[in-house]
Amino acid sequence: MLSSLVAWFSAPAQWSASTGIPARLLQHLGYTALAVLVGAVIAVPLGLYIGHTGRGRLLVVGLANGLRALPELGVLVLFVLLIGLGLTPVVLALMLLAIPPLLAGTYSGISGVDPAAVDAARGIGMTESQILFQVELPNALPLMVAGLRTAVLQVVATATIAAFVSLGGLGRYIVDGQAQRDFTQMAGGAILVALLAIVLEVALQGLQRAVTPGTRRQEPARTDTVTAGG
Amino acid sequence: MRLFGEDVLPLAAEHIVLALVPVLLGLVISLPLGWWAWRSRGARRILLPLTGVLYTIPSLALFVVMPILLGTRILDPVNVAVALTVYAVALLVRSVVDGLDEVPSEVMTAGVAMGYRPLGLLVGVQLPLAVPVLVAGMRVATVSSFSLVAVGAIIGQGALGALFTQGFERFYTAQIVFGLLAIVILALLFDALWVLVGRLLAPWNRRVARPTSSVEV
Repeated sequence: MLSSLVAWFSAPAQWSASTGIPARLLQHLGYTALAVLVGAVIAVPLGLYIGHTGRGRLLVVGLANGLRALPELGVLVLFVLLIGLGLTPVVLALMLLAIPPLLAGTYSGISGVDPAAVDAARGIGMTESQILFQVELPNALPLMVAGLRTAVLQVVATATIAAFVSLGGLGRYIVDGQAQRDFTQMAGGAILVALLAIVLEVALQGLQRAVTPGTRRQEPARTDTVTAGG
Repeated sequence: MRLFGEDVLPLAAEHIVLALVPVLLGLVISLPLGWWAWRSRGARRILLPLTGVLYTIPSLALFVVMPILLGTRILDPVNVAVALTVYAVALLVRSVVDGLDEVPSEVMTAGVAMGYRPLGLLVGVQLPLAVPVLVAGMRVATVSSFSLVAVGAIIGQGALGALFTQGFERFYTAQIVFGLLAIVILALLFDALWVLVGRLLAPWNRRVARPTSSVEV
């Protein structure tokens, strides 16, 4: 098993062809970046608004809980059947997974800012938008990045399944290997996917530590342990 | 009950078993591990980051790697069950640590003064007080387990997830929508069951009934 895996990884075609590892990796990262970006465009402003005004908190809790119960594979194939094969349905399905953690992170970051700091800002005559962008947003950044981390990892994991609906990415090796009964290819793909997820997790943890001020740096917060419902 | 050319009830039963057994097994494994991580700073420093990394591994990748680690066949349902147990442990060890952290030190001191030995204190005082946090963890683990089982359909082991792969091959939207509804309803049913169990085990704590909006990785 191990020797066939080594042979699979070291085959020259694996590193140059348009179906090689670098090309598949770039596709995988491309889907992930696109979905998280589109998700952030929707979720971050919404989270800022809900966190600042306190209106619509139930929406955040409901979305975060409700969307988690949806099976990723089902959502993906449903979107493909409704929209047709291609990049759009996959990015939309992945975006749907990115929204809850981004929304929860932004919302809980903003609403968790010390009310005394907000009152003080209002007291010295800051406008509402100054309070939001100069007081609340910088304080909320660690939790927002925690939400980003959860979103990226969720999307990177699910992007693997995109190969099942005829797209590229590292999941191709698993799906093709399954079809060709080539277990070495499947295992190689699985190892690549796992490595990619771990590298992204470590990188985003680093980013989270970088935006967290000194005393809170010890254990980076995670949105899966943060209670946004209050 | 035959629907979409599939016998749906056995698939649903298989789905429940494949989703629930790993979560229960995960709880049994997480209690001692979490207690150890709670007691020892060194264990905490190793266990929490380790479970964090395990939790980041995408499910499809873990399903595929399992036969190498376990020596099972690629189409063995055990692969999915063990992989989901790994996720449950990864999530619940942290819940156990958080739950034990929540117990006020005065309460523990009072327990010791009343003559509780360490094991008695754990079972009689600490764990009951940790129930709300544990229930919150079990709810997250259960709901995501139900949705992750379906991913197994890509490698031929997904219980109700088969409705997605077959619906996709036949371009049959109704079958996919039915699968989505079935899995979501089952997940929410067992989610509600944990809320109920939490109320029975910790009737003094009404907070347990509120949804936690925690978001899984």
